[in-house]
Amino acid sequence: MAHGNPTGWKRWLFSTNHKDIGVMYLWFAFIAGMIGFGMSGLIRMELMEPGIQVIPSVFGMNDEQARHMFNVLTTGHGLIMVFFMVMPALIGGFGNYFVPLMIGAPDMAFPRMNNISFWLMPPAFILLLLSTFVEGPSGMNGFGGGWTAYAPLSTSGHPGPSMDLAIFSLHVAGASSIMGAINYITTIFNMRAPGMTLHKMPLFSWSILITAFLLVLSLPVLAGAITMLLTDRNFGTTFFDPAGGGDPVLFQHLFWFFGHPEVYIMILPAFGIVSHIISTFSKKPIFGYLGMAYAMAAIGFIGFVVWAHHMYTVGLDVDTKAYFVAATMVIAVPTGVKIFSWIATMWGGSLRFTVPMMYAIAFILLFTLGGVTGVVLSNAGADVALHDTYYVVAHFHYVLSLGAVFAIFAGLYYWIGKMSGKQYPEFLAKVQFWITFIGVNMIFFPQHFLGLQGMPRRYVDYPDAFAYWNWVSSWGYLVTLVGVMLFIVVMAMTLFKRKKDVADNPWGEGATTLEWTLSSPPPFHQFNELPQIK
Amino acid sequence: MAGEVKHDYHLVDPSPWPAVGSFAILVMLIGAVFYMKPDALLFGIEGESWAHWGFGAGFALLIYTVFAWWKDVVKEAESGDHTPVVGIGLRYGMILFIASEVMFFVAWFWAFFNASLYPIMPTTAGTFWDVIGNEAVWPPVGIETFDPWHLPFINTLILLLSGTTVTWAHHAVLHDDREGLKSGLWLTVLLGAAFTMVQAYEYGHAAFGFSGSIYGATFFMATGFHGFHVLVGTIFLAVCLGRVYKGHFKPDHHFGLEAAAWYWHFVDVVWLFLFVAVYIWGG
Repeated sequence: MAHGNPTGWKRWLFSTNHKDIGVMYLWFAFIAGMIGFGMSGLIRMELMEPGIQVIPSVFGMNDEQARHMFNVLTTGHGLIMVFFMVMPALIGGFGNYFVPLMIGAPDMAFPRMNNISFWLMPPAFILLLLSTFVEGPSGMNGFGGGWTAYAPLSTSGHPGPSMDLAIFSLHVAGASSIMGAINYITTIFNMRAPGMTLHKMPLFSWSILITAFLLVLSLPVLAGAITMLLTDRNFGTTFFDPAGGGDPVLFQHLFWFFGHPEVYIMILPAFGIVSHIISTFSKKPIFGYLGMAYAMAAIGFIGFVVWAHHMYTVGLDVDTKAYFVAATMVIAVPTGVKIFSWIATMWGGSLRFTVPMMYAIAFILLFTLGGVTGVVLSNAGADVALHDTYYVVAHFHYVLSLGAVFAIFAGLYYWIGKMSGKQYPEFLAKVQFWITFIGVNMIFFPQHFLGLQGMPRRYVDYPDAFAYWNWVSSWGYLVTLVGVMLFIVVMAMTLFKRKKDVADNPWGEGATTLEWTLSSPPPFHQFNELPQIK
Repeated sequence: MAGEVKHDYHLVDPSPWPAVGSFAILVMLIGAVFYMKPDALLFGIEGESWAHWGFGAGFALLIYTVFAWWKDVVKEAESGDHTPVVGIGLRYGMILFIASEVMFFVAWFWAFFNASLYPIMPTTAGTFWDVIGNEAVWPPVGIETFDPWHLPFINTLILLLSGTTVTWAHHAVLHDDREGLKSGLWLTVLLGAAFTMVQAYEYGHAAFGFSGSIYGATFFMATGFHGFHVLVGTIFLAVCLGRVYKGHFKPDHHFGLEAAAWYWHFVDVVWLFLFVAVYIWGG
């Protein structure tokens, strides 16, 4: 290239460099994650004891406003964690930084489009945050209809502009993700190093490839659904309004046709990261490599044909439910392939319990727990009782907060040395792991009990019968808060080190992918001469 | 930088357009929200004043960004940055973009078939007991639909013909026949414009509106979104036509034109589904 490397603010704002864009995504996810984590703090503190006390005093509100505010917080927490924390971290952050490195490519296929994928995220986030400052239901601010935004609560239930801002936020975040997905697929299909066939490609690249396909095929359907919400709200259409022959259940179908692939979009990259970490610290190649890759493909495919298991209580007929029960349970098969292959990789391996490895093993344990409750919930009969209870909340937090988020921690500890050239402090990071591990389990395990007792989700108050486990759960949040604080300390200690102290490959011979052949941090443009794969 | 670049990939120079475009979108959408909600307040200021400058300014900046961005792409294409391997990447990108557009239309077709295969009696007809047991029909009672073999059929023929003229243009560029290329593209652009005008005329004579009934909602959403794509495709082809006059496109290097043709065929195929499902079967 003719020009030198860009510096200063232009390096970031005008970036066409996959590593810089990946780093920006990680910082963005961190900031959004802190806001989302703060919201969950308000939720847990409010639920610590029966009655409505924390939100009215924090926000200076009466009870009615506080009830709405609680719903705004759960909605915001869900949307932020899904669209502005997990996805930017796993796909935008690690995907951007490591997919080109792993496949031996100098950059992404469309570097400029890569940058707009990132720079659309702050506007989307600003739109969502603005929505909490304008009127939602008459007389109150913010949208409180849940991240699923079901009609009619999202149409006639929230006549103010708040919901419109939230809709546009999702449009923008969706456009960002679609462009990102197109970029990944093109990069992976077109820019693998000579000799790297798809069947030799590292599993993280496989996971991003499959995730990207899910994004391209599912996000436009969400965009269509929320566009119809927008016209129902503002232009008098009746897509979801029976008064004009429309159907509110249609929204749920469209939403979950996107929403179910979305949960695999969040977990597949986590699978990829965990595979590398387990293999590295077992000093063995991953067990059943091809089975692992095609298990992800199978999960991705089946993920498109199970959406109505989120809708067992809308009045689907029994045959339809029977199909969705069966199809949903089938997903346990390729998922089992993955779990057992990770265990088989560790079996007989030379294990090293570094922090990323501890997070990865915890991921396997906790994700399996969440998966098992998923099989329980896939039964339409059982789900009628458990639908919208804390059992469901516990289930999806086990697979996401304790699954996907643990994989983010794992990936960060695994790759921070590669990205920054500075290694994290091992002992303190181990303490951080154990505090977080205990904290999150203390939050979410009791929620299974609450759900089985019948406590519904998205309520600001509850009968005294649910008091004990809510109290335990909220204390779990405070333990987790210590873990998160310590995480910030560990990261600060790492990044503020004066000297770079990481070798090209700090993890030894178990780490076999191409990023470990480069310096730490890698040069601004790597692979000017493409590596040859044998 | 370590060593000389020994690969054919295109490492794009830093560009202001992604950040500027994102900012434009933010301004435009805030404006759009308050255009729809002029009486609402944001930070104590009436929505109308947000909408006033927001939507227009954001939209103008976005259009400018799109123009400047693609001008850069064209410049890079003409200066040889688009090597064969980059060309393959652009093809993947275009196919995937069209795939995502197909899924967008899936949402409209889903809404249409949900309403037409399982029609629901509008509940405004009376109480629950008036509705229950009454057979709902499609099109809903009181909706006067278009005759598909009138203007819609003419539009079908216009689009199918334009599919052949764009293929003519493509074959002309392959044989370096500049005059044929110009004629083929001119005809395609004109046919595209003709389609839009016929569609606009038809909309102007519709006996039902966008609002109030599920028939109008699904009809205008699906055909309107398609009409918007026709407009975009026509602009895409018109830009290609302009580039032809500037001497762009060689027999072995004309992906911009090919992408426009792919997009045009996609728009064409969507119309065939709309014509069969919404106009003939659903009318």
